[in-house]
Amino acid sequence: MNLSLPAASANAGETDRLLLALLLISLAVLALVLILLLRYIVKYRATNPVDRGEGAKKTWVFETSWTAATLLVFFGLFVWGADLYVRLSSPPADALKIYVIAKQWMWKSQHIGGQREINSIHVPVGRPIELVMTSEDVIHDFSVPAFRIKHDVLPGRYETLWFTVTVAGVYPLYCTQFCGLDHSKMVGEVVALAAPRFQQWLAGHASSDSLATAGRKMFLRYGCSGCHRSGSAEGRPGAVSAPSLEGLYGSSVPLADGSFAKADERYLHDSIVLPGQQLVAGYAPIMPSYAGQIDEEDLMALIGYIESLTQGGAE
Amino acid sequence: MNTAAGDSYLTDGYTIRSWLLTTDHKRIALLYLGSITVFFFIGGIAAALVRLNLIVPQGLLGSAEAYNRLFTMHGVVMVWFFLVPAVPVTLGNFVIPLMLGARDLAFPRLNLLSWYLFVAGGAITLWALFVGGVDTGWTFYTPLSTAYSKSHVVLAAAGIFVAGFSSIATGLNFIVSIHRLRAPGMTWYKLPVFLWSLYALSVLLVLATPVLAITLLLVMLERIFHIGVFDPAVGGDPLLFQHLFWFYSHPAVYMMILPGFGVVSEIIPAFSRKRIFGYKFVVWASVSIAVISFFVWGHHMFVAGTSIYSAVLFSILSYLVAVPSAIKVFNWLGTMHRGYIHFDAPMLYALGFIGLFTIGGLTGLWLAALAADVHLTQTYFVVAHFHYIMVGGMVSAFFGGLHYWWPKITGRMYPEMWARVAALVMFIGFNLTFFPQFILGYLGMPRRYFSYAPEFQVLNVLSSAGATILAAAYLLPLAYLTWSLVYGDRAPANPWHATGLEWRTPSPPPTANFAQTPIVTEDPYSYQPPGAVPKHG
Amino acid sequence: MASTAVAHDFQYSSPAHQAQTAIAGMWLFLATEVLLFGGLILCWIFSRHANQPGFDAGARETTLWIGTLNTALLVTSSFAYSVGLAFIRAGNARAMIWCLRAAVLLGMVFLALKFGLEWHRDFAEHLFPAAPQFKLHGAGQGGARLFFVFYFISTALHGVHMMVGIALVFWIIVRARRGAFSPLYHTPVQAVGLYWSFVDIVWLTLYPLIYLIGRG
Repeated sequence: MNLSLPAASANAGETDRLLLALLLISLAVLALVLILLLRYIVKYRATNPVDRGEGAKKTWVFETSWTAATLLVFFGLFVWGADLYVRLSSPPADALKIYVIAKQWMWKSQHIGGQREINSIHVPVGRPIELVMTSEDVIHDFSVPAFRIKHDVLPGRYETLWFTVTVAGVYPLYCTQFCGLDHSKMVGEVVALAAPRFQQWLAGHASSDSLATAGRKMFLRYGCSGCHRSGSAEGRPGAVSAPSLEGLYGSSVPLADGSFAKADERYLHDSIVLPGQQLVAGYAPIMPSYAGQIDEEDLMALIGYIESLTQGGAE
Repeated sequence: MNTAAGDSYLTDGYTIRSWLLTTDHKRIALLYLGSITVFFFIGGIAAALVRLNLIVPQGLLGSAEAYNRLFTMHGVVMVWFFLVPAVPVTLGNFVIPLMLGARDLAFPRLNLLSWYLFVAGGAITLWALFVGGVDTGWTFYTPLSTAYSKSHVVLAAAGIFVAGFSSIATGLNFIVSIHRLRAPGMTWYKLPVFLWSLYALSVLLVLATPVLAITLLLVMLERIFHIGVFDPAVGGDPLLFQHLFWFYSHPAVYMMILPGFGVVSEIIPAFSRKRIFGYKFVVWASVSIAVISFFVWGHHMFVAGTSIYSAVLFSILSYLVAVPSAIKVFNWLGTMHRGYIHFDAPMLYALGFIGLFTIGGLTGLWLAALAADVHLTQTYFVVAHFHYIMVGGMVSAFFGGLHYWWPKITGRMYPEMWARVAALVMFIGFNLTFFPQFILGYLGMPRRYFSYAPEFQVLNVLSSAGATILAAAYLLPLAYLTWSLVYGDRAPANPWHATGLEWRTPSPPPTANFAQTPIVTEDPYSYQPPGAVPKHG
Repeated sequence: MASTAVAHDFQYSSPAHQAQTAIAGMWLFLATEVLLFGGLILCWIFSRHANQPGFDAGARETTLWIGTLNTALLVTSSFAYSVGLAFIRAGNARAMIWCLRAAVLLGMVFLALKFGLEWHRDFAEHLFPAAPQFKLHGAGQGGARLFFVFYFISTALHGVHMMVGIALVFWIIVRARRGAFSPLYHTPVQAVGLYWSFVDIVWLTLYPLIYLIGRG
C-alpha cells in the first residue's frame, strides 16, 4: 500500500503545504476536544466525589474569545486557499495550448501542430500548459491528482485549466464528475516528457495538417468564408457584410448593447453556435446558428484557425 | 379523548383505522418511525452492496450499470427518505407538543396528510428504483439526467417532488406550533434547545424545498419535452441546474444535522445533570446556521466553471457557517464541565456524536479552502467528510434521541447493556468504514467509480470490513428495541430525572398529553447538582 | 366542528387563538409559494439575461390585449373578494356570497381567455416551444423558444393555482350558504382570501415579464 502521492506540478507543493497546515490545525482542535472530553468523562463521572466548586457564571467571556479565535484561524485559511486558487485560475499568456474534448467515455486531445491523442496527453516538463476543454455530451471533469488540479468540462462552452509539470513521468488522469455508465473507465494518463523528448514526440506524431490548417479547410467547407473575408479588412462589395476575423482573437469586441466582450475561445465558440447571444455592434443579426451542425472537434479547429489569424500563424 | 390515569395514546383505539386516520401527533410519529425504518434498511442494503462491489478493483458485482443504480438508490433513499425527515418527523413530531406543553400540533390533519404525502412520494421513488432504477447519482446533474440517462429519472424525481410537499407541510406545522402553542410562561428563552433547532430546521424546509420542487419540475419537463432550460445548444445553462439544486441541497445538509444538534443538546445536560452551557449562544448558533446556510451553496461548485469571484465569496461564507458549529461543540464540552456524568446509552451516542461531528466539521474546513478543495473535491475525501457529518453525526444523534425518548414513546425501558454495546460497535464500525476514505480521497480515488486502480484496494477492503461491522451494529437496535416492546421493564414518567415538560406526563402519555396545561416557571435545564440523585430505578 | 362561533380544537385556548393560528399558517404557506414561483422567475431572468434578443423577439409574439384584460379581470376579482370579506365582517353573509360569486366568475373568465383563447392562438401560430416547426427562426430562435418554455410553464403553474383557488372559493360559497360564517367566525374566508390575493400578485409579476419587458 503506497500512501504517498507524487507532487509533480509547480502548484502541488503549495497545495500540499496548505493541506498539511489544515491537517495540523485539525489534529490540534481534535486533540483539544478529545482531551477535554476524556478528562471530563473521568473527572466528572457521577460516581466520582470530586468537588465541583461553583459553576462558571460568565459564559460570554469564553464564548466570545473562542468564537474570535476560530474566526481568526478561519480567515487565515481562507486567504491562503483563495490566493492559491486565484493563481490556479489565471493561466499565463505564454502557456502552450492543448485542446481537450471529453465525451462518454474517453478523452480526446489535439495539439496545435495537429497531433491527436485519445486517453493520453503528452506535455513538456517546465512549461505552462493551458488546456482548453469542452465536452460533446454531459459534464465531465479533468482531474490529475499528481498535479493537484481538477476542473469540470462542460458541454457547449470552453473551460480552461493550466499547470506546469515539474517532474517527467506518467500520471493517471481521471474523470471525476459522474458521467454515466462507464464513468470509471474514463481514465487516461498524462505523459510528461523533458522538452527535447517532447519535441521528438511531436515530430514523430506529426499530422498532415496543423490545427490552423485543418481549421482553414473547415472555414471553407462550412461556408464561413462566404461572409467573413479573412485576409482583407472589408467585406466584398455586394457580399453579405460580416465582421472581419483578422486580429479578432484576443481583442475587445464592441457589442450592439454598448458593452464589450473579450474575444477568447469561449466567445468564438458561442458566436458560432449561439450567434444571437452577443451581437457585434454595427452588423445585422443574420448569422445562422451552427449548433448541432459542426461537431466539437471541427469547432476547435475553426477556433484554432481564427486564433492563428491574430498570432500570424500557428506555432 | 380519555385522560384518565392508566390510559395512553397507545391504548386509545386498536383498529387499523384508528392508526391510519389518526390525527394524534404521537401516533403519526410512530407511523413515520415505521416508514423511515423501512427506508433506512433499503438504503442500507444498497450501501452494503456498494461496499461489497468495491472489495476488488475490477468490481465484484461485475456490472457498472448495477453499481451506478445502487449508489444512486442509496443516495436518494437515504437523503430524502431517511436523513432529512428522520429526527423531525419521528422524535420531533412526538415531543414538540409535549415540550411545548400543548395537546397536539397546530394542524393535526395537515400532519397526517404530510405522512401520506411522504409515503406516496416514497412509494413512487421506490417504484422507480425497483423497475430499473436511476443511474445519475442523487444529484441528478444535467444534462446527464435530462438528455443522456436511459433510466427512470422522471419517476424518481416525481417521488421526491411529492415527498417535498410533505417536508413543507411538516415545517409549516412545526413553525406555527412553536409560535402559537407554547404553554403559559414558556417564553422564547425558556424553549428547549431541541425546539429551537427544529424551528431553524423548519425555516429551511419551508423556504428551500419549494426551490427543489421547481427544479425537479424543470428536470422532468426537460426530459419529457426537451425544453432546453439546461441545454447549452439552445441557450440554456447546465450550471443553472447546479445552482438551483445546491440552493436546496446545501441547506438540506443543515436540515439533516440541525435536529441532531438539538437532540445532543437535550441529552448532554440530562446526563451531566447540569444546565446547558451558554444557552443563548447555542440557540443563536442554530439560527445563524439556518440563515447562513442559504448563502453557501456555491462551495459545491468551486471546480464547476463558475467565476473566481463567486468561488472566493462562497469560500469565506463557508468558513463563516462553520463558526456556529464550533461554538456548539465547545458548549457541549462546557456543559459536561463540573457535571455529574452518567453513561447511559443516549449519552454514549451523544459523546460519539461530538467526536465524529468534530472530525466531519474539521474536514469541512479543508473543503472550504479553495485550493485544497480543487484537489479533494469529487474524491472519496468528500464521501468520508459528509458521512462523518451525516452518519457519524446525524445517525448517532437519531439513535441517541430514540433511546432517550424510547421510554416516553413506548412506556418500556430498552435493555441498557445491549444498547451500550450497540453504541460502541456502531462507533468502531463507523470509523473503520469511513476513516480510510479520507486517505483514499487524498490519494485521488474519484467518487462513484465502479472499478479502481489496484493500489487503492487495501484501503477499500478496510472500509468494506468496517461496513460489515456497521451493518451488524444497525441490526442490534432493531432487535432489542423490538424485544423491549414486549419484555422491557415498564418505564416511569421520568426515567432520566430530566427536567423538560415531556417528562411531567406519564409514559406513554395520554392522548391529550397533559391532564392540565402545565404552567412554565423555570428554564428547561434547571438541573440541580445533588450528587445523591438516584439513578433510574 | 366550526359551525358555531365558540367551538375550537382541543390544542387551542380559545377560538381567537385557533383563528389567528390558521391565518399564520396560511401566511407561511404563501411564503413557500413565493419561493416556488421565485425559483422559476429567477431561472427566467437568468436565461433572459443570457439570451436577451431571442427573449424579446418571443415576447413580441404574445397577445398584449389578452394579457392586459386578464390583469384587469384578476385585480377586479381580488377587489370583489375583499369587499365580500368586508361584508361578512359586517354580518351580511348574502352580500358576501354575491361578491364571492363575482370573484369566482371573473377568475373563470380569466382562465377561459388564458387557456381557451390565448393558448389556442399560441398553438395555432406554432409558438409551442417543443413543436417541430417553431414559428421564429434566425439568430434568436433558441432564446425565443426558451421564452415560450417559461411562458407555458409559468402560466400553467399559475393556472393550476387559479383552479385550486376557484375550487376553494366555491367551497367557501357552499359553506356560507349553509350559514357557517358570521362576524365572529370567518377564518376560512380570510385564509382563502389571502390565497386568492396571492395568486393575483403572482400574475402581476408574470404580466410584465411576459408582455411588457420584451416590448419595452
